Amino acid sequence: MSNQEITKSPSQILQKEMITRNYDRITGGEDKVCSNFVPGNLNELVMCFDFANNLPEINAIQNAMRKKSGDMITEAERNGHSEDVCTYVKADIGMMAKGNIAPNGKPFPDPDMLLLGYSGCFTFLKWFELLREQYKCPTVMLHVPYDANGKPTKNMRDYVVKQLKEDVIPMMERVSGVKFDIDRLREYLRKSAQAEEDIVWMLEQSKRKPSPIDCYFGGIYYMGPSFTAFRGTDECIDYYKMLREEIQERIDLGLCAQSLDGDMPEEKYRLVVEGPPNWTHFREFWKMFTDMGAVVVASSYTKVGGVYDYDGFRHDPENPLESLADYTLGIYSNRNLPTRVDMLARNVIEYEADGLLTNSIKSCNSFSAGQLVMMREVEKLTGKPGAFIETDLVDPRYFSAANVKNRLESYFQMIDQKRRAGGSAPAAV
Amino acid sequence: MSTKSVKEIVAFCEELFEDITFAKARQWKEAESGRKVIGYMPVYVPREIIHAAGMLPLGILGGGADMEVIHGDAYYQSYICRIPRSTIELAITGNLDFVDGMMFPSICDVIRNLSGIWQIMFKDKYVRYFDTPQNFEDNVGGVFYTNELREFKEDLEKLSGREVTDEQINNSIAVYNENRDWVNKVYDYRSEAPWNAPAAEVYLLMRAGMVLPVEEHTQLMKDYLAAVAAEERPMRDNCRVTLIGTFCEQPPLNLIKSLEMAGCYIVDDDSMLVTRWLLEDVPSDGDPIENLSQAFLHHSAETAAKYEVSIESKGRYMFESIRKRGADGVIFAAPSFCDPALLDQPMMETRLKAEGIPYITMQYAENSGQMQPIREQAGTFADSIKLWSAS
Repeated sequence: MSNQEITKSPSQILQKEMITRNYDRITGGEDKVCSNFVPGNLNELVMCFDFANNLPEINAIQNAMRKKSGDMITEAERNGHSEDVCTYVKADIGMMAKGNIAPNGKPFPDPDMLLLGYSGCFTFLKWFELLREQYKCPTVMLHVPYDANGKPTKNMRDYVVKQLKEDVIPMMERVSGVKFDIDRLREYLRKSAQAEEDIVWMLEQSKRKPSPIDCYFGGIYYMGPSFTAFRGTDECIDYYKMLREEIQERIDLGLCAQSLDGDMPEEKYRLVVEGPPNWTHFREFWKMFTDMGAVVVASSYTKVGGVYDYDGFRHDPENPLESLADYTLGIYSNRNLPTRVDMLARNVIEYEADGLLTNSIKSCNSFSAGQLVMMREVEKLTGKPGAFIETDLVDPRYFSAANVKNRLESYFQMIDQKRRAGGSAPAAV
Repeated sequence: MSTKSVKEIVAFCEELFEDITFAKARQWKEAESGRKVIGYMPVYVPREIIHAAGMLPLGILGGGADMEVIHGDAYYQSYICRIPRSTIELAITGNLDFVDGMMFPSICDVIRNLSGIWQIMFKDKYVRYFDTPQNFEDNVGGVFYTNELREFKEDLEKLSGREVTDEQINNSIAVYNENRDWVNKVYDYRSEAPWNAPAAEVYLLMRAGMVLPVEEHTQLMKDYLAAVAAEERPMRDNCRVTLIGTFCEQPPLNLIKSLEMAGCYIVDDDSMLVTRWLLEDVPSDGDPIENLSQAFLHHSAETAAKYEVSIESKGRYMFESIRKRGADGVIFAAPSFCDPALLDQPMMETRLKAEGIPYITMQYAENSGQMQPIREQAGTFADSIKLWSAS
C-alpha cells in the first residue's frame, strides 16, 4: 500500500454529501418513499411526485462495501431462499430480517410504493413481489419489453408510454397526493440532458493515452449521481461540471488514471470490462488492476443505468414520456447480445484497448448468460484477446482473490506475448 | 375404439422422448416440399399461429438426462442452469439443423439471452424472442400483445412466402382447443385414477405433443385414455401431490418415477404448460389475434415467470390445482439455478404454511442421476402425510 495521502476531490466530496443527504431524506420520515431499480430507473418521474427515491441495489452495494452483506445473505438463506439465486435480492431480504437499517444507521421506513421497472432483468419481477409480501404497499409494474432485435420498436415504445399514462402516473399521484405536472417533468429532463453531455464527454476521455480516468472502478463512482436519485437535478449538473473540470485538469497535467493509492504511475494495459464488479472486495479487486498497471478504458456496467455514448440518446424534454420510454428501453442490459457485442467491440477498437475482460457474476444471469459467446465474438471482431474471471455481486463467499489474481496475471502475460508478436500495440506510458 | 395397448402407446412416446434427432419432426418436414419447422422453448407460445402458417411447432425442452453435453459447457458457466447448454449442444451437434426458426419466450434472463446466442451463432435461422405482456389490461398490455402477435404472423408469412388468413388461424384455434380439451381429460383422468395413469406415462404422452403434429397428438391422447380404461392396475396407498417448478428445464424421467415409487401420486404438475396455458377455449370465430390475446390476458395459467398484479391472487392457480385435484400436499421441484422457480417458491411456501398444507422442496438438473435421496425425501413426505392427515 502506498503511503501517499489520498485527498478527496471536490466532486467526490459532493457525491458523498449527495448520497448521505438522500439516505437522510429516505429515513427522515418527512417524505414519502418510492423504491425502484437502478437500470432504467425513472428518477425524473419519481421527483415529480416529491418521493424520496430508494434503490435497493444501492443499499445492497452499500452493505457489501461495509462487509455486512454476507450475514444478510446467510440470514435470507436460513429463511428459505436458495443459495442459487441473486444475492442482491437476498442481501435486501436479509437486511429486512436484521432490522432494515440504512447505511446512515437509521431504520428504513416501509416504502410507500414499489415501482417495478422491469427493464433488463427478470429477477426484478420476483424481487419486488417478495418485497410486496413484506411491505404490502401499492406496487406498479412497468413492463419494459426486451430489445430483442437491437432497436426498440414503435409498439414497445407505445406500450411503455401507455403504461406510464394509464398505470404508473395515476398510482404515483394517488400514493403521493401530488398531481402530475408534465412541465415539471420536462424541466427535470432538460437538466438530465444537460448532465448527459458531460457524462459522454467524461466517458470519451479514456480514449486518450494515458487515460486520465478508470472507466470501471472509477467509472462506477462517476456514474453514481446519474444512475441514482439525482438525475434531473441541479446538483447532478454541478457534479458533472465539477468532474469535467477535474478530468480536464488531469489531462492538462498528463496524469494517468486515479487509483485507490493516488495517480497510477503508468498505464501498462488498457482494458474494456464487461459485467458488474464485485462489491464485497471492491478495493482489493481494484487494487489488483492498478498494481499490474491496468486501466479500464470502457465498461458495460457504466451503461446499465443509461446508454448515452452509443446511439446518441439524450433525455428529450420535448417528448417527455416517449423519452422516458426510450431511456428505459435502451439500457445496456435490455439490449440483445449482438448489440452488446457491437458496443464492446467498438469500445475495444475505438479506445485502443488490449482486449475484453469479462467479470462474470454468479448471481446475475442478465449479464452472465451468454458472456462466453460474447467474449469470443469480440475477440473475432477485434483480434484482441479476451479473458474471463468469476466473482459475485455482494456474496463474499464467491470472491477468490487468488483465482482472480492468477487469471489477471495470465491475461496480462498473454497480452505481452501478443505485443511481442506484433498483435497488440502497447499502451502509452 | 383404439386397438393400441397402453404398452404400445407408451413405447411409442418413449421412443419420441429419447430421440434427440427429432426424426419424427424431420419426417413431417420431408413429407412435403416447402414445409417449415419452428422450435419453441418453454413456457408459452401461440402454436395456433405457427400451425395456421402450415408449419410444425416443435417443443425444444433441452437435451434430457442422457445426452452428453460436450460443447455446451463451453458456452455457459457452471452456475447457469442446464437447459441452455444442452439446447446449444443439440444445435451444435446438428440435431436442430432442420429447424427453420426458434422462439424464445420471455421466461427468464437465461432463455432471453439464449435468443441472442442464436442470433449470433445461427444467422441463417429465424429467431424470435417472444415477449408476452406483464400488463393485463386490454388497452395497454392487450394492444402491445396483439401487435406482437400480428408481427409474429407477418414474420411467418415472410418465412413461408404465403399469407396466413384469419380463417386459417381460426381453424388452428379449433384444432388446439380440441387438443387442450384432451390434455385436460388426461389430467382429469390421472387425478381420478393415478394408479391407472402413472405420472411418467402422462409425462411421456405430453412430451409426445412437443414433437408430433397436434392432430396426431390429440389422437394419441384419445387412444391412451381408451387403452388405460381397458386396463385396471393396482391402486397403491400413495398420497396425492401437486408438482411445482418443472415449467422450464425438465426433471429426469427417473425423478418423476421415483416420486411415485416413493409413495407420491402426482395428480397435477406445471410441466409443459404450453399444452394447457390457456384455461378456456379460445373462440374460433371473429378476430383470431384478438381472441388469442384476450385468452392470454384473462384466461391463462399462473407461473413464476408471470407477474401477479395483486398480492391476494398470488398462488391462486396453485390452490386451485390443490383443490381441483384433491392434492394432499405440494412438492416443489425446481431446476438448480432457476431464478423464477426458486425466487417464487418462498412466496408459495408462505401461503401453504398459512393454510396448513404440507410441502417439501428439492432441486434437480435435467441430468440428475442420484435418485435415492429423492426417494427417501418423497417417501418420508408421503408417510408423514398419511400419518398426520389420517388423524
